[in-house]
Amino acid sequence: MDATTISSWMREIEASVRAERDHLVQLDAAIGDADHGINMTRGFEAVVQALGADNGSPPGRLLIIAGRTLVSTVGGASGPLWGSALRAGGRVLGDQTTFDSAQLVEVLSAALASVKDLGTAALGDKTMVDALEPAVETLKARIADGEPLAQALDAAAAAAEDGMRGTIPLQARKGRASYLGERSVGHQDPGATSTALIIRGLQRAVSSES
Amino acid sequence: MAVETHLMRKFLNDPAAVVKESLAGLAAAHSDLLRYDVANQIIVRKDAPKKGKVALISGGGSGHEPMHGGFVGVGMLDAACPGEVFTSPVPGQMLAATKAVDGGAGVIHIVKNYTGDVLNFKLAAEDAADEGIKVTSVVIDDDVAVQDSLYTAGRRGVGATVLAEKIAGAAAEAGGDLAKVTDIVKRVNERSRSFGVALSSCVPPASGKVIFELPEGQIELGVGIHGEPGRRRAPLGSASEVVDVMVEAVLSDLKPKQGTKVLAFVNGMGGTPLLELYLVYGEVDKKLRKAGVEPVRNLVGSYITSLEMAGASLTLLELDEELISLWDARVHTAALRWGI
Repeated sequence: MDATTISSWMREIEASVRAERDHLVQLDAAIGDADHGINMTRGFEAVVQALGADNGSPPGRLLIIAGRTLVSTVGGASGPLWGSALRAGGRVLGDQTTFDSAQLVEVLSAALASVKDLGTAALGDKTMVDALEPAVETLKARIADGEPLAQALDAAAAAAEDGMRGTIPLQARKGRASYLGERSVGHQDPGATSTALIIRGLQRAVSSES
Repeated sequence: MAVETHLMRKFLNDPAAVVKESLAGLAAAHSDLLRYDVANQIIVRKDAPKKGKVALISGGGSGHEPMHGGFVGVGMLDAACPGEVFTSPVPGQMLAATKAVDGGAGVIHIVKNYTGDVLNFKLAAEDAADEGIKVTSVVIDDDVAVQDSLYTAGRRGVGATVLAEKIAGAAAEAGGDLAKVTDIVKRVNERSRSFGVALSSCVPPASGKVIFELPEGQIELGVGIHGEPGRRRAPLGSASEVVDVMVEAVLSDLKPKQGTKVLAFVNGMGGTPLLELYLVYGEVDKKLRKAGVEPVRNLVGSYITSLEMAGASLTLLELDEELISLWDARVHTAALRWGI
């Protein structure tokens, strides 16, 4: 995997958040403030544009540029959270021009750690962590078991999607949905939903290469 | 909860440009007080930076006008960072605002307690510190509708924000240093409590859809300023009954001693006329006096709005002589002006 992988991952995300824009807005309207799809679309459109203008940066650097772009265009909580996540992931790769499966696990682990640190959310708080953490843990375990990357990523994306659906019965403890208390129960978390799209986008980007 | 398409009639050219076009209009209307930095999307006091004066900035999603751009001027904010509608601004805006107003005495970030605002201001304060600017941050969290516990993001910042900006702005104008003015912001926050009621939802321009549907005859108690649902729904009662709920919610949390002097702030959410807001204030005034609390100052009007949401919030601030004198001090902004 190399810089192309990162660029196509970001394009996959942009296409899927744009396609799911209204769905994300609807989920956010139920327990938040109805702007998640709009913000994520604006952010990843800007990321694709920024990476398109880039001239041959290594993959880690592209992740850092993507993260900075999200911080500076998204606003809300998703901007700083995904922005910090991608920057933390990018720093893992330094200036190397290619990376392997084990390093991809490290990138995603750093991203998860950064989200949990900045957002102070834990598993079960009904946030993006409920999709991201199972995805990272699944990928880590499957790669450690020697499973081929495409298959492991498919399992990771499925784990994110399970985690996303698993937010439905939860009561939110972080973010705007927490204001609702018990009334947040029964709704799927928009942040976990876009996170599942982001992991699925990675799976698509990687499998289209092989 | 379903989001229903709602027939929208708004003054728009391009829904995506609504914030920028509105800010340009604000600047055209009040060029004597402020300027609009288009590139950074910030509103800056015209004579900033003021050498030696502590500067105050705030920011948040748009859709709450006149907050915050309407509070930039003499005796209040030095800059405002407006985000997209109901979306926190980004750290770049806050850093640009901080640099634009820093007169060497330090800059205070007044942050409403929403996860997005808090995270973005946190990143901006770190960036400003890296550039050698003294920054303090105070998070405003006065909304008693949200239980403040480990299981929530904590109370939201609502009405106390306006009061803190006015009162601390006066303290900064009077020459207070960074520690002193920061303490004033904190004191106003600690002594304020708010509670809001929505009679209707609102329609963000980008989606063109109502955020929530209120069934016939129902009101939302403890509503936030982004159309986020509140504590519970209840049947719409008389104004007196609804105000009873608001006053009770605020007083039971503030627990003022008998004879306490307060500032009573009746805020319109954007779609409720002043005719009704004064009616509400009349009820508030009466009920406070009955409860042994003395409303010696007040503010009535739409200052923290949620687009066209119908509804009102009540904020009570326990006053002392210093806060009263700072409240009475000169203010000259687009939305609040007296003593000029």
